[in-house]
Amino acid sequence: MVPFVLNSDAYGLVGYAYLLAAVLFIVGLKMLSTIKSAPKGNIVSALGMVLAAGATLLLVNLHAEPGQDFTASLLWVFVAAGIGTAAGLGLGLSVQMTGMPQMVALLNGFGGIASLLIACADYLRQTDPTLIESHILTAAGLAVLIGGVTFTGSLVAFSKLQGIVTGSPILFPMQKIVNALMLLACVVMVGMLVANPKQEALLGFVVVLALVLGVLLVIPIGGADMPVVISLLNSYSGLAAAMAGFVLSNMALIITGALVGASGIILTQIMCKAMNRSLANVLFGGVGAAPTGKATSGPAKGIVREFSLEDAAIVLEAARQVVVVPGYGMAVAQAQHSVKELADVLEARGITVKYAIHPVAGRMPGHMNVLLAEASVPYEQLCDLDAINPQFDQTDVALVIGANDVTNPAARHAKDSPIYGMPILDVDKARTVFVVKRSLNPGFAGVDNELYYAPNCGMLFGDAKKVVNGLTNELKDSG
Amino acid sequence: MESLPLLVPLTVFVLAVFVGFEVINKVPSTLHTPLMSGSNAISGITIIGALICSYGPSLGSVSVGLGLLAVIFAMINVVGGYVVTQRMLRMFKEKGPRR
Repeated sequence: MVPFVLNSDAYGLVGYAYLLAAVLFIVGLKMLSTIKSAPKGNIVSALGMVLAAGATLLLVNLHAEPGQDFTASLLWVFVAAGIGTAAGLGLGLSVQMTGMPQMVALLNGFGGIASLLIACADYLRQTDPTLIESHILTAAGLAVLIGGVTFTGSLVAFSKLQGIVTGSPILFPMQKIVNALMLLACVVMVGMLVANPKQEALLGFVVVLALVLGVLLVIPIGGADMPVVISLLNSYSGLAAAMAGFVLSNMALIITGALVGASGIILTQIMCKAMNRSLANVLFGGVGAAPTGKATSGPAKGIVREFSLEDAAIVLEAARQVVVVPGYGMAVAQAQHSVKELADVLEARGITVKYAIHPVAGRMPGHMNVLLAEASVPYEQLCDLDAINPQFDQTDVALVIGANDVTNPAARHAKDSPIYGMPILDVDKARTVFVVKRSLNPGFAGVDNELYYAPNCGMLFGDAKKVVNGLTNELKDSG
Repeated sequence: MESLPLLVPLTVFVLAVFVGFEVINKVPSTLHTPLMSGSNAISGITIIGALICSYGPSLGSVSVGLGLLAVIFAMINVVGGYVVTQRMLRMFKEKGPRR
């Protein structure tokens, strides 16, 4: 049934190495729970990977029977590994911090396609597929299905984040029905493969269907929902790896795939909760497509006050505590370094500066934290929703930079608002709110932000970077 | 490799999911991006499967070709993932001495 059968002693040795690798992965992830230990955790995890890969090479080597020429084979393996390493290093070292969401999406996709390829390769190398057990075939089918969806889904997410295709949802008639039918077809094909293991074409169909399905599932999801999509695809890449593990009866793959799958699911849950939406609503809701009309035609709620940079600087000067609220707009304008510079000027005057970070600010979980860390903002100043909300009453100025829906007080009281119930940053409770924004256009959810009409809110229209630099210069001049 | 009865790997899988939930829940939201890229790198464990499939006596077969392709993708996943994670984690700094 299999090309090589191990003697149990050799497998035992490699098995222990896999177990140790799994322990290293878990310890590595555990060390991510504090910022101080995190970099070492990553190294511990990488050591686990080196160990697992090394043990595998040993494992395959042990299979070499006299007379078989494995040298040529090994050479090809090293060539392939070299190409992958070079590409990984190139991508990993060159990517800008602002491009990190795309990068993570791409890596998820590569994990997915690897699992798909492994499942196909293992199926094709069996001399007599009828001897493959049913659960192995099922796992192979699932690895292909999940891996394929992860691959093309991630490529679509990458294209949306990179701006290659539009970030707004792409909808077509009967979309959900078509997707459901395709998924059903995949499941049926897998079932048929289990019944007729010799029908190679069935697995081929699953490959094609899964690749198309991945595209169709992600195109209707809008740009601002990307944190959920990326987390979910992260989870899928883990599940696909676990399925490949079932195919190969390889514990290291199963354990690790399960860890990554769990991690992605947790992040997905956190993101959905932070938007007060169900996963189904994010995946199938098409939120952010065309403006619903209802949202834009609402009655004018008052006057919008525009502030000049001088006036805003005077208010900032008099503050004791300033809370910066960054959003995707800051990332687009690449304004994180300018923000840090402004914070330095404020702190030099004895003003306390903190940063309020909403879980879904940006395009992936933790996006704002990474950008601000890049600008050397100390991590103690990065506050999450629960930590910062009680502090807005004692805050003199909340400076909202390129964030919108996550600051809309309508989420607290307007029961008819699409964002009602979403946990928001209570910036309106600060004495003064300045909003740096290019125009009065509504945010992603297509909802007018009533914050802008509040009596304590002043608008600073313009590109985030220019406005923030302008504020810094005003403060420097007056100091 | 001989396949094990389904129950053994399934047990391992289910228990590992629970371990994952416990461990990941303790990661602070500040580190969610490195968590994602780091777990991404770990999911490059598929390199093991890729190595097993690509290393065989029958060079030139479709299955070895697919296995080698899988090695490339899994290696990008592993190396790219660990590199970006390390780059990000090294940026997170405590407050320095006051100027």
